[in-house]
Amino acid sequence: MKIGAPKEIYEGEARVAMTPDSAVQLQKLGHACLIESGAGAKAGFSDAAYAAAGVTVVPDAASVFTLADVVVKVRGPERSEAEHLRQGQTLISFFWPAQNADLLDLCKDKGATVIAMDMVPRISRAQKMDALSSMANIAGYRAVIEAGSNFGRFFTGQVTAAGKVPPAKVLIVGAGVAGLAAIGTATSLGAITYAFDVRPEVAEQIESMGANFVFLEFEATQDGAATGGYAAPSSPEFREKQLAKFRDLAPDMDIVITTALIPGRPAPKLWTEDMVRLMKPGSVIVDLAAERGGNCDLTVPDQKIVTDNGVTIVGYTDFPSRMAAQASTLYSTNIRHMLTDLTPKKDGVIVQNMEDDVIRGATVTHDGAITFPPPPPKIAAIAAAKPKEKPKELTPVERRAQETAAFRKQTISQVGLLVVGGALLLALGLVAPASFMQHFIVFVLSVFIGFSVIWNVSHSLHTPLMAVTNAISSIIILGALLQIGSGSWLIGLLAALAIVMAGVNIFGGFMVTRRMLAMFQKS
Amino acid sequence: MEYGFTTAAYVVAAILFILSLGGLSGQESAKRAVWYGIAGMALAVAATLAGPGASLWLLSVVLIFAGGAGGWLVAQRVQMTEMPQLVAAMHSLVGLAAVLIGINTHAELAAVTGLTEEARAALTGFAALIAHKTGVEVSILRVETFLGIFIGAVTFTGSVIAYGKLAGKVDTKATKLPGGHLLNAGAAALSLVLLLVYLNTGSTLALVVMTLAALFIGYHLIMGIGGADMPVVVSMLNSYSGWAAAAIGFSLSNDLLIVVGALVGSSGAILSYIMCKAMNRSFVSVILGGFGNTAGPAMEVTGEQIAIDAEGVAAALNDADSVIIIPGYGMAVAQAQQSVSELTRKLRAKGKTVRFAIHPVAGRLPGHMNVLLAEAKVPYDIVLEMDEINEDFPQTDVAIVIGSNDIVNPAAQEDPNSPIAGMPVLECWKAKQVFVSKRGQGTGYSGIENPLFYKENTRMFYGDAKKSLDALLPMID
Repeated sequence: MKIGAPKEIYEGEARVAMTPDSAVQLQKLGHACLIESGAGAKAGFSDAAYAAAGVTVVPDAASVFTLADVVVKVRGPERSEAEHLRQGQTLISFFWPAQNADLLDLCKDKGATVIAMDMVPRISRAQKMDALSSMANIAGYRAVIEAGSNFGRFFTGQVTAAGKVPPAKVLIVGAGVAGLAAIGTATSLGAITYAFDVRPEVAEQIESMGANFVFLEFEATQDGAATGGYAAPSSPEFREKQLAKFRDLAPDMDIVITTALIPGRPAPKLWTEDMVRLMKPGSVIVDLAAERGGNCDLTVPDQKIVTDNGVTIVGYTDFPSRMAAQASTLYSTNIRHMLTDLTPKKDGVIVQNMEDDVIRGATVTHDGAITFPPPPPKIAAIAAAKPKEKPKELTPVERRAQETAAFRKQTISQVGLLVVGGALLLALGLVAPASFMQHFIVFVLSVFIGFSVIWNVSHSLHTPLMAVTNAISSIIILGALLQIGSGSWLIGLLAALAIVMAGVNIFGGFMVTRRMLAMFQKS
Repeated sequence: MEYGFTTAAYVVAAILFILSLGGLSGQESAKRAVWYGIAGMALAVAATLAGPGASLWLLSVVLIFAGGAGGWLVAQRVQMTEMPQLVAAMHSLVGLAAVLIGINTHAELAAVTGLTEEARAALTGFAALIAHKTGVEVSILRVETFLGIFIGAVTFTGSVIAYGKLAGKVDTKATKLPGGHLLNAGAAALSLVLLLVYLNTGSTLALVVMTLAALFIGYHLIMGIGGADMPVVVSMLNSYSGWAAAAIGFSLSNDLLIVVGALVGSSGAILSYIMCKAMNRSFVSVILGGFGNTAGPAMEVTGEQIAIDAEGVAAALNDADSVIIIPGYGMAVAQAQQSVSELTRKLRAKGKTVRFAIHPVAGRLPGHMNVLLAEAKVPYDIVLEMDEINEDFPQTDVAIVIGSNDIVNPAAQEDPNSPIAGMPVLECWKAKQVFVSKRGQGTGYSGIENPLFYKENTRMFYGDAKKSLDALLPMID
């Protein structure tokens, strides 16, 4: 089959749906390739380069539409282009069928098959043709670069001979593909990067890219997995909390990049006028959602404006087109992968397999009928998050009751012990002479002190503890010292022996303890 | 005969001893704490020699230093792995000293009671102290002396046997004479009867027979306790040596002895308690030796032990980010602590997190593993207690078990019929991969199969721990 790429006629669009490299790959699938003269010029691909890759260069768009069986484009067709379509012809491009119902009708009436690249379902197998992601990746990168070119300072903090430069603080709202790409770019330039998303499960992804997740305490957070990995509209209460958080952050941030989009809806307003006023002069806002109305109140689509308080707001809608060479390379590869799936036998014959989840999902018109919206895919995009089991939180009342009960139990056992111990002491005191009781009190108090002191000894020091208690238990030497002077030779001898043994213990015990303790080192 | 300054010095010494024990709460303050202990001891001895014990002071000093020289030499030479033996041996000395001093007290008492009123008045020193005692006080003195000798004798033979078992000179298996604990109970009952006899008559024979009975109890009790319960035994003997000192202190009316004896006694008691709790066994069951009978048959262990060689372990370690090492008595036996330290150093140099998990009863002495690792220069802040680290195993890539068995036995949690059911264990099997360095396929001290060795994420790294680790080291890059 013949695959043809016309020149993009949308104003300012520099991308092209076929590159010399992708054409070579397409020819391997058994297809022939056509291109309108000058289609790749803005993206840096000359007609000669295409010709060298075996692509037939035709003079105008009309020839492409006449000759090609499959027309590949970047932007959705203008009416004038759609008029060229014919029965049995296939168009592959971005289409936005939900917003372009008229155009969809026109294509259906023409009998053409339209494969919308923006409708490729988000499943693992289809990632290679996920043009939205590849374009979003570029947009995220470019957003940081645009921000940088409009920002008067370094991203990275530096201490130079000429003074200290604080690092730029960047806030990225929405951690989709574009947001994550922006995080990666901003952090690798050295900025302190914060990121926010309504889907709490992306916190990990945000942190893996090196940014700080702006945590929003909110109970009923949504599970992004239920909506195919895209964000869904949030409740008014959540929105209020979110805006309050942003209001807190606004004065600190040097660069704000908003990427929040909800499929099939205008962009949510997240960065309100008052937040812009709170920002420092010289700060930059890049609104990646400008095409869909913008996340920022003050965004003017396709323009860069500077507010009264000196904040630059970039509202360009053509970030991928501003990096046409890179964007064309990635987009043409997505297209090529789509065609690979459409040409299962690699024999140049296109098979529109409507049983295939990916092809079915992306096809919006086929055989003179509108096939949009598609049925839900058979495979869920992302495994649903498991409901988190929360340890049962005790209410303050319950906790207090528990504490009181524990305290009472402790009191009872302590008082009980004291009463029993006291009674025993009294009983002993009734029979024992005062001289004994004096020593006995010393004994009881010492046991008491011993218990309270030893509980604090660190576990790792138990061996030194044993060695040192060993050494001091040879205090028994005092007894022998008292007795050695006694007249009897037997007593003297035994006492002398005891002294020698205790001497061994004193010196040995302390010595070995010191040796051990000297070994304990901190890293 | 009152020596005011001696009493003052005793008070200071007692405070120094308390500070010395209190200082052991942290590694850094412990280094200062030893000096408090030394100062306290020096002060107590000096004050005694200058005061009530002045009669033969030169001889006393010579004897102290003669003994001290021996102690010094031993302490200098002892290997850190031999620390348990050394501690046990030193306990036996304290026990024996207590027995000797007790016998002296008895002899003095017997001599004094025989004297006339006039002769008593002329007595000096220790004898004079006894001479002034009234009837009730003499009875109490006899009880105190009797107790001192009894505890001292049990400590003495018990520590000698513990020393023998720890040093490998006595079979570490739990062995009992025919009659088992009945013999001990009989000896204890006999001692009680003898106490009554002695109390009334002051008979030397009763005292000697009791001493022999106590010596037997110490011997037989410890013979009946197996090697792995030694941490409890050693701390128990530590406690006994303290109580013996306290009893002697009572008989000599010496408050410092009482204070220090009580401190040491309570310290040992707490250590025993901690050790028993760590094994989930009652003190009595440990002392009576062996494991109790279990309620039902042990859970069948299925699967097989899969061996691995040094290369496999090295590959896993090179890939791992976090490693936890669980050392046990096997590491001490193989003297592998230096190799473990070298492995730790190499892994840490590569930016991996390496930590040690120490079970309270790992080794043969409370804190045994900490001392060995400290000797091998493993920083103490990466050596953690069981409670501190047990929750971290699920996030750990590799757990290495070196020479420990029962303390990592999952049966304690999984099998209610296991003899060690309920004992707190290190949950190393929750790590992504477990390597067990072990000499062969045998069971641990308790003779219980260890299901850990059969788990899917466990690999057995057979061989002597030191040789295995030395083979592993060059492959860590």
